[in-house]
Amino acid sequence: MKVGIGLPNTVPARDGTTVLDWARRAEAAGLSTLAVLDRLRYDSVDPFIALTAAGAVTERIKLATMIAIGPLRPAGVLAKQAQSVHEISGGRFTLGLGIGARQDDYEAAGVDPSTRGATLSSQLAHLRGSEMDILVGGSSGSALARMARYADGYAHGGGPPRAFASAATKARAAWYDHGRSGDPALWGQGYLAVSDPDRGRDYLSDYYAFTGPFADKIAAGALTSVRAIKDYIRGYADAGCDELILFPTTLDVADIDRLAEAL
Amino acid sequence: MDVSILGAGPAGLYLAILLRKAGHGVTVHERNAPDATFGWGVVFSEETLGALREADPPTHLEITDSFARWSTIDIRHRGEVVRSTGHSFTAIARRHLLAILQARATELGADLRFESEVDEPPAADLRVAADGANSKTRQRHFRASVSTQGGKYVWFGTDLVLDAFTFAFRETEFGLFQAHAYPFDEHTSTWIVECAEPVWRRAGLDTASEAESIAFCERLFADDLAGSRLRSNRSQWLDFPLIRCGSWHKGNLVLLGDAAHTAHFSIGSGTKLAMEDAIALANSLERTPSLEAALTDYELERQPAVERFQQAAAESAAYFGRTANYTSFEPVQFAVNLLTRSGRVSHANLAQRDPRLVRRVDSWIAGRAIAPPPVFAPFGGFANRLVAEASTPDDAARKAADGYGLVLTGPVAVTDQGRLADSLPLPAWQGIDAPLGVRLTHAGARAAATPPAAASPIPYGPGAPVPVELADLDAVRQAFADHAAQAAEAGFALLELDMAEGHLLAGFLSPLTNKRTDEWGDRHKFPLSVLDAVRAAFPRTLSVRLAVTDWAPRGTSVADGIAFARQLHAHGTDLVHVRAGHTTPDFRPEYRRGYLTTLSDRVRNEAGIPTLVGGYLTTLDEVNTVVAAGRADLCVLTEAP
Repeated sequence: MKVGIGLPNTVPARDGTTVLDWARRAEAAGLSTLAVLDRLRYDSVDPFIALTAAGAVTERIKLATMIAIGPLRPAGVLAKQAQSVHEISGGRFTLGLGIGARQDDYEAAGVDPSTRGATLSSQLAHLRGSEMDILVGGSSGSALARMARYADGYAHGGGPPRAFASAATKARAAWYDHGRSGDPALWGQGYLAVSDPDRGRDYLSDYYAFTGPFADKIAAGALTSVRAIKDYIRGYADAGCDELILFPTTLDVADIDRLAEAL
Repeated sequence: MDVSILGAGPAGLYLAILLRKAGHGVTVHERNAPDATFGWGVVFSEETLGALREADPPTHLEITDSFARWSTIDIRHRGEVVRSTGHSFTAIARRHLLAILQARATELGADLRFESEVDEPPAADLRVAADGANSKTRQRHFRASVSTQGGKYVWFGTDLVLDAFTFAFRETEFGLFQAHAYPFDEHTSTWIVECAEPVWRRAGLDTASEAESIAFCERLFADDLAGSRLRSNRSQWLDFPLIRCGSWHKGNLVLLGDAAHTAHFSIGSGTKLAMEDAIALANSLERTPSLEAALTDYELERQPAVERFQQAAAESAAYFGRTANYTSFEPVQFAVNLLTRSGRVSHANLAQRDPRLVRRVDSWIAGRAIAPPPVFAPFGGFANRLVAEASTPDDAARKAADGYGLVLTGPVAVTDQGRLADSLPLPAWQGIDAPLGVRLTHAGARAAATPPAAASPIPYGPGAPVPVELADLDAVRQAFADHAAQAAEAGFALLELDMAEGHLLAGFLSPLTNKRTDEWGDRHKFPLSVLDAVRAAFPRTLSVRLAVTDWAPRGTSVADGIAFARQLHAHGTDLVHVRAGHTTPDFRPEYRRGYLTTLSDRVRNEAGIPTLVGGYLTTLDEVNTVVAAGRADLCVLTEAP
């Protein structure tokens, strides 16, 4: 299993150099991938622009959206952005797509959320034959079927290793149901809050406030020690994860080193 | 910390005990009087008992002292009793359990206030709603889904002291009734009667008085009761509510036990889950500094366990809703089917508990006394129950050498317009020395041709070409028949006609994709006419790969699929390969291990035709269980990592 790290593109109080410094340091630490989240109505940097910038100051580390909310962009624009990141980064990009969970992001984009599943399917059909690897996220049967029909793998939404293992089983079942050979690439994720656990949890409670009671559970799942990171990595590896991305919850670059220590 | 608890059932009282031991102030409010409990006995598992011993030894000792314990399950059906041993059950009178917990809570200084009419836990540092499945607190403050699962049921007691957990089935002019019965002390047993809602209505039980219901059930189970009477305790016919609640806490308010979640009486776990909730909540409060974090911790720990039970409970409740499908089963298979109903007990688990019963069912399936496990019992000319789907001729040869009973090759397209991008012609699949099946298809709207042809000009998903309406149906039918004759000539042991995967014939079967106004708008007509032509040309095993349901709004339902499977049977089909979805690409599956098994069970036992099923079965134990329980005859084994 490979281990990557998120860019802090959705962590508030960044400045112009935060993402660039973070990217350089992650590459120097030997991590496999830099990944980004996507939110319109939250203090954040656009995922494709963040990855383009990160790609420009690094050479080896892979880049990924985990995930980008496809339907917020017209299919042609999405494809152009994704292919641009892939080209500029020298083929280092993996495009993870999902439908997201926030109503207000759709309002801000002026997109009707009621047909977002069908819209994502159209976008995936549009992206067919593109050079980069594509992941699809989501936990419903329809989302898994969409993943198996159009994508190269599955982007899980986070949680303890046993939740990932259960989702991985479903993803494989969907894969074989669609007559795909081989196995889907399985990507997992989690949150790092080692250097300042309280601030990290506060950020998660705020970032996920729209989920109501679930925000607390997500915040409680943040990894607050090197030991917890090691356990999490082992649990995900045992569950068959191919690539695990740990997202930052603060701007403290020391968390990159803590993650590297746990490897 | 001051804690107010609403509800003096097992959950509320046990939490009161544990929190008093941790030094918290506890008040329990209960609407009823201390001795006003209803219901009879409740069941525990060994695992729960271990947790109770650790949490509070004195109550564990008292509870286990008064337990009824047994290890056998009797399944009474059609005058036969199948006895299964090696199980482990314990039960206690609910009334007695509550008395023990009340006494202990009082001894520890909890303030128990009975006949206290409050709708939610009064103000305190922590407020706990343990007020049962109809919790007013939950209704007021939480968002839950409440639905009915299983049939109508009524909870009686009897002074017949059983020596086994007993399932008794009685067929009547109204339909099938079943009793779930078990002893819980030296004098009394619980006797739950259940039936499907239409059966209950036909029997007039919807308008019967309590006395009439008792009299009806006593007559029905007279032989099983052996002269004992049924006793009522506010015993009414009920629907069992399935309660799922996304979040169990809000501020300082938390839900416990049935207030937060229910399972089903047929897996007997409500009290067990409730007391485990109490232990988890007490532990979370102990080890977590803030109340908010403790309540989150409690939820994170308990929700996955509860979800597993709810899944098992749903399987069990659904099984008892369709038991009438199995009444013609051989008693030993009927028993194995019942014992493996919830998915928690497999063939291998059962072999550990009750090797004799497993040997019996294995012998019955193989038709000889010394028998291998079901997966290795021959079926319909095939050496074993394992089927592989091969993607290339080399793959087919390898899987044949691996020992699969049947290797399914293809799909072979019967016309150029019906071909898939990677489909090979029939001769490519010949010459492998093994029992081979070949799937014949016309890919319809999904074909690689330009343009493809389908029942109606509806593209297969976004960006797909718009097919032309198939005009020359006779030619396509003839092409199927010609290929069937060639397959017969080439020696294929089985032919599979493709009515699934959104291909041509599946497209004719579905209202989503067949909008024709000519005679072929009769959706069954063309597929059945192709079937007849293929049947006439192929003398060996004929399988139909069928999308039993479209799994999509306004598409074919499971009932439609089963009705069509009956017609397939009448038209000479030997086997249905159970599939679902894919008629349109945006279908709504529910993927998990064995996700097609229940569909296969229904087709096999409602349409009365043997089935082949895949659905992500990855272990021989799963296949053994499916075959032993009569849910399918052949299984596609997926070689998964």
